[in-house]
Amino acid sequence: MSIIVDHLSYVYGKSTAYEVRAVDDVSFCINEGEYIGLLGQTGSGKSTLIQNLNGLLKPEEGSVYYDGADIFDKEYDRKKLRSNVGLVFQYPEHQLFEADVFSDVCFGPKNMGLTRTEVELRAYEALKMVGIRDEDFYISPFDLSGGEKRRVAIAGVLAMKPKVLILDEPSAGLDPGGREDILRLIDSIRQETGMSIILVSHSMDDVAEHAERLLVMYKSHLIFDDTPVNVFSQYETMNEIGLGVPQVMEVLTGLRNKGIPVRTDMITLNEAKNEILRVFGRC
Amino acid sequence: MLRDITLGQYYKTESVIHSLDPRVKVIGVFVYIISLFMIKVSQGYIPATVFLILIIYMSKVPPGYMVRGLKPILILMIITGLFNLFLTPGEELVHFYSLRITKEGVRMMIEMILRLAYLILGTSVMTLTTTPNQLTDAIEKLFSPLKIFRFPVHEIAMMMSIALSFIPILVDETDRIMKAQMARGADFENRNLIKKMKAMIPVLVPLFVSAFRRANDLSLAMEARCYRGGDGRTRMKPLRYKKRDVMAYIVLILYIAVIILTGKLFGQV
Ligand SMILES: Nc1ncnc2c1ncn2[C@@H]1O[C@H](COP(=O)(O)OP(=O)(O)O)[C@@H](O)[C@H]1O
Ligand SMILES: [Mg+2]
Repeated sequence: MSIIVDHLSYVYGKSTAYEVRAVDDVSFCINEGEYIGLLGQTGSGKSTLIQNLNGLLKPEEGSVYYDGADIFDKEYDRKKLRSNVGLVFQYPEHQLFEADVFSDVCFGPKNMGLTRTEVELRAYEALKMVGIRDEDFYISPFDLSGGEKRRVAIAGVLAMKPKVLILDEPSAGLDPGGREDILRLIDSIRQETGMSIILVSHSMDDVAEHAERLLVMYKSHLIFDDTPVNVFSQYETMNEIGLGVPQVMEVLTGLRNKGIPVRTDMITLNEAKNEILRVFGRC
Repeated sequence: MLRDITLGQYYKTESVIHSLDPRVKVIGVFVYIISLFMIKVSQGYIPATVFLILIIYMSKVPPGYMVRGLKPILILMIITGLFNLFLTPGEELVHFYSLRITKEGVRMMIEMILRLAYLILGTSVMTLTTTPNQLTDAIEKLFSPLKIFRFPVHEIAMMMSIALSFIPILVDETDRIMKAQMARGADFENRNLIKKMKAMIPVLVPLFVSAFRRANDLSLAMEARCYRGGDGRTRMKPLRYKKRDVMAYIVLILYIAVIILTGKLFGQV
């Protein structure tokens, strides 16, 4: 599996008074099994960009290649593509519609034209994977809690067994505990299935802990495509564009400015803890 | 995808027409439409045309934008034009078989098409230069005398403005839900009517859920701010006539006078 994005630009409201170039000349590629964080402030074009990746939006310029084939070719089967490139929208719980949780998760695989046994097997596996209890399978999705609804909605995409899972701000609007749960869930999905993950977020702390590679969007442009350590070492730029760096990095930088010789290129809580303990000679 | 559907397509810019009191514009359109039906002689279309071009020019809305509003009624204009062309009795110009084109027919066709086009363009000037909220304010104010007959003017205006401000929100929401279901393999392009209707269920259910949620939130927010109907409510931006509004009314009266005069002058011929 590979996705290549080649000089892609997307324009909303072409040739009207409200024309917006939401994505401007963006190129990158996604490889098998990667965990990518897509960062950027609100309005920087993240959601627009990912909707181009599964053919929901058609770019103004440039193209997207899935396994080498141009997905905007006339003959290309975009419906099949959407089962391979699973996209979980922001607030995915707003798309739930069936009378019970289980049928809702069946919607995706059923649209793929699978047999009923296969559809139900996939729905069951997906619900198990996101940690919904058996006794909740046949209640109305509207009776679940906010966090559970969101996990059911994620299961609805997982049941199609995509090769890449794209999640648009999956932790938006959840309390800190719920956010942590969702991020841990994504980690475990990746371990179990080996899917590539693209996590869209504007929280530095969320992505720093989990992603292996970061794409940073700023005003419709892709400005960084690098490892988290390298991206966050651009301390000034990241602050200038209003994103900042993970909190632990702020702490280490603060310590360093006070004359304590800690290294500042640590981005996860554990690394930072070890570094501070090392400097203070207690480990 | 659905953004093309615009209702109350306000065109944001700064112009004399934009800054007029919305009541002037509502009354102005009303008067202009009446004037179109008062025109009895062909010469009457000259002041009507000049007036419209002047107003469009002053509104600073690109003419292309205005003309786009005519597209939906193009078919209607063509059909009306053809009927008038072939079915008006009078002095014959040409005929194919039983179809006759008369001199009067040609004149009637041109006049009918002009009248329809001006009707739409005149109304477009108003909707393009006035926000939906200004329009409802104007309507509330203009109809407020009906209150003595216990007609719920304020309530209706409030419902209108809420409905208007929800249209773009719900259009966006529909767009988003459709895309989310397409990401799960939903197919909205099926030709089969039954299948097409069935495919709408995954869109309609979440849309209704969200509309109810929004309605609930809004009513809570209104109650939290002590909304209790129109009595004794004051406005942040009260509608007050300014000098330019008085001038606009004078221009309007002059325009009507010119229309009546042209009718009198050329009427005897
Ligand atoms: N449906 C739409 N129609 C018109 N403009 C849009 C639409 N969706 C987003 N935009 C505009 O495109 C830009 C990028 O938006 P988006 O991709 O949603 O950014 P992000 O996901 O990073 O917050 C914004 O300026 C936004 O206003
Ligand atoms: Mg977004």
